[in-house]
Amino acid sequence: MQQMEKRAGRRLVAGIPALWLAVFFLIPFLIVLKISFSEAQLAIPPYAPLLNWVHGLPVPRIHWSSYAYLFTNPLYLRSYLYSIMVAAVSTLFCLFIGYPMAYAIARAGEAWRSFLLMLIVLPFWTSFLLRVYAWIGLLQNDGLINYVLLHVGLIHHPVTLLQTDFSLYVGIVYSYLPFMILPLYANLEKHDPALLEAAADLGARPFTIFLRVTLPQSLPGIAAGSLLVFIPVVGEYVIPTLLGRTDQIMIGRMLSDEFFDNRDWPVASGVAILILLLLVVPIVLLQRVERRELEGETVEVATVEAET
Amino acid sequence: MRRTGLFSRTTLVLGLVFLYVPIVSMIVYSFNNSRLVTVWDAAHSPTLKWYGVLFSDGEVLDAALLSLRVAICAATAATILGTLAGTALARFGPFRGRSLLVGMTTAPIVMPEVISGLSLLLLFVALEQAIGWPRGMGALTITLAHISFCMAYVTVVIQSRLAGFDESLEEAAQDLGARPAKVFWRITLPLILPAVLAGWLLAFTLSWDDLVISQFVAGPGSSTLPMVIFSKVRLGVSPDVNALATLMVSVVASGVVVATLWMRHRQRRRERDAQLAAAANL
Repeated sequence: MQQMEKRAGRRLVAGIPALWLAVFFLIPFLIVLKISFSEAQLAIPPYAPLLNWVHGLPVPRIHWSSYAYLFTNPLYLRSYLYSIMVAAVSTLFCLFIGYPMAYAIARAGEAWRSFLLMLIVLPFWTSFLLRVYAWIGLLQNDGLINYVLLHVGLIHHPVTLLQTDFSLYVGIVYSYLPFMILPLYANLEKHDPALLEAAADLGARPFTIFLRVTLPQSLPGIAAGSLLVFIPVVGEYVIPTLLGRTDQIMIGRMLSDEFFDNRDWPVASGVAILILLLLVVPIVLLQRVERRELEGETVEVATVEAET
Repeated sequence: MRRTGLFSRTTLVLGLVFLYVPIVSMIVYSFNNSRLVTVWDAAHSPTLKWYGVLFSDGEVLDAALLSLRVAICAATAATILGTLAGTALARFGPFRGRSLLVGMTTAPIVMPEVISGLSLLLLFVALEQAIGWPRGMGALTITLAHISFCMAYVTVVIQSRLAGFDESLEEAAQDLGARPAKVFWRITLPLILPAVLAGWLLAFTLSWDDLVISQFVAGPGSSTLPMVIFSKVRLGVSPDVNALATLMVSVVASGVVVATLWMRHRQRRRERDAQLAAAANL
């Protein structure tokens, strides 16, 4: 009796959020997929229906026009490749800056550690948009950075920093750095210092210890952090709009422009599907990394319990 | 050892400077009388002029009110749904559809916002056509959209908190004959209450800050605060936005400091109680 009640209760607890996500996360993607195979037309909503009723029978009408348009227009291909490059380069920058930071926090004393972590997380709680906006004030021609450089005498005329690749990377690295640091820290903090001591006792130099002991152990953290940066940056909209180049736009902006300015819903949906195709592999990888981290912990716990 | 320590520590300090310079610059310039960012008008600064401008801007105030309403509703609903999902994932062991639920709760976190926004708008349009609900775009559609991506974050917070507790307390209560619902209310929920609160605050912040998804699912006349800020800053720097940023940063910073102190206080009290209990047992 109680067993049945328990099963019904569990079904409800897991079922309600699953139902919600199915309606508001899964089904919307199917609709995007459907509309990407439609054709724009002047109507409300502005796309052609996929089913035509002929003599009471549904006849599907699949249009490839939005994909044909996307693949033959070099503008889209360029913007697609540009987004991948920006995401990859930003991920590398985040890694090279974030790894030493996470390492220093993980090696800091107990009291310092929570304070430093709070400093890393704090910007995350304040408005993303406002933090990106702050860089306009710093980077513009009469902004703080040019002002300082002019006064120090490093330059004699203001340098254009805003709306360049430089300002775009600054904005992205600045916004996504915590996403790299946190999983790296979670990984580095678990390392056993005894391993490092053993390596040092055996005469390994610090850099060798890092390369042979620390780095291999932190690969799951590197993977998680890199994917957490790469995936959202590919479709980033706010940073490139405020800080990026005007002559080369990223694919997220492309989607938004197609939708809002050209009101071409099928093409916008097609862009969304192409971004998703690009991101399917990284997203699956991320889930695998995270699952392995979780299962790794339970395996460890199980072995410890078995030993005691 | 020494050298790697020095290098990583230097990077840490420079990285923190990099993270905080923009925020500090906004705070400083919010008190500047001049419209230009670089010109510090020493004769008339510091001034509260831009705060006055901000509070007499009806558009900003309306938007802030809408954002507050949306964020409170979305965070509350997302916390309830996320707590259910987190409990299911952390406590139910393997069940059918588990990996689907895992996928649906982690994917929204990394999904590019333009895609989430577009897909939700297309859903709402299709729903309105099919069943006449929701009627047009506005506060309701923004709230529904926010619940979906906020609950993914809450799920992760709750799940990792529950993973940190073993099930022995819950099992003990069950062995003593408590029904599952009672076990949840009397044992599980009090244990994860800090995580539930943290999840709510995180969801509130995410909803309050969201620009891209709102832009897709908002109708005419329902602009959230980030939408108003975005349209202002697209035209260049406007000093009243600095004032707004300063207000938001001070609220968040004091909130985080208070929360940290409270957690430390709780921790100390728990340790003292444990010591007292140990002493009493002796």
